Amino acid sequence: MTKLPVAFYAGFLVVALLLAGVVSYAASSSPDGLDAVTQTGCQLDEAGEPVGGTCIAQNAGEHATAGSPLADYTVGGSEGTTGIAGVIGVLVTLVAAGGLFWVLRRRSSEDETPSRVE
Amino acid sequence: MEPHTDLVAMHMSDGIVNAPTSVIFGLVAVLGLALCVARARGDLDDRTAPMAGLVAAFVFAVQMLNFPILPGVSGHLLGGALCAILVGPYVGAICVSIVLLLQALLFADGGLSALGTNITNMALIGTFVGYGVAVALRRVATRSRGGLVVVAFVAAWVNTVVASLGFVLEYAIGGEGLALGTVFGLMTGFHALIGIGEGIITALTVGAVAAVRPDLVYLTRGAAPSLTIKDQGVRS
Repeated sequence: MTKLPVAFYAGFLVVALLLAGVVSYAASSSPDGLDAVTQTGCQLDEAGEPVGGTCIAQNAGEHATAGSPLADYTVGGSEGTTGIAGVIGVLVTLVAAGGLFWVLRRRSSEDETPSRVE
Repeated sequence: MEPHTDLVAMHMSDGIVNAPTSVIFGLVAVLGLALCVARARGDLDDRTAPMAGLVAAFVFAVQMLNFPILPGVSGHLLGGALCAILVGPYVGAICVSIVLLLQALLFADGGLSALGTNITNMALIGTFVGYGVAVALRRVATRSRGGLVVVAFVAAWVNTVVASLGFVLEYAIGGEGLALGTVFGLMTGFHALIGIGEGIITALTVGAVAAVRPDLVYLTRGAAPSLTIKDQGVRS
């Protein structure tokens, strides 16, 4: 039996939670490289919606899950809740991905010859 | 009431490319991920499965951290090279895909019909290109931790720029609104800058993991003299 590096896992998770829960408030709110390209050629209103000109973003539809309680990395659309939404996102991702990988993994019992024979 | 819809959206929305293009790249994503799931099993065990879950959660966290690259333009981690170096390309592509799926379903970030293009660009192209660069430079990566950090930076920079070319290709097939040459120039120009941030984040992360648990770095695992000494025949 190999000992799992539980302390390392815990430290890694704490770093992710701090980044999503605290550091996220310092993130730039400017459009990212992709959005800057799709908005090129349009005038935007205060909400960042194209209102004039011609650009790729005009073809974009309203998001199908825009009514989600976590939409736009907020909790219920409330300002200042980005960190809470981020922490929820980290935990949900960990459970979803970790759960999938745990199910997919090779069981150690499959690989080891029985060593308990006395 | 429209909330500030676009301010925190980071990935392609629905309608940016036309429906046939979305379907084509949806199929590419499904086939690519099916291959990844089939191959991932060989890279997952009791130690690496929790690590891979944590890497996915870490990528979700860091993708929230947009950093400025030019006045009025930001960038964020894509995560392909980071995942590939830490947990391998097959598991890594699944990590990025799960992040993109949850962002689209829960956070209204990246359109549902654009999941195929977003997964193709960031999860498949980004991860496998990043891994290819890292493998090509593996001799540098295994020489020292400094070498590994440099390789992580280079792989991440290339993964960012090539992933942005995935968008240019999809736009060329089924997009409209801006001249293709302009899209190409702006996408690669912005992502050459974003790639520097991606490279720094990837280098710091891989360097930190390698300092504490070098056995959890997929790229260099098995390169160092193996510590699993077989004890058969030792006892008389």
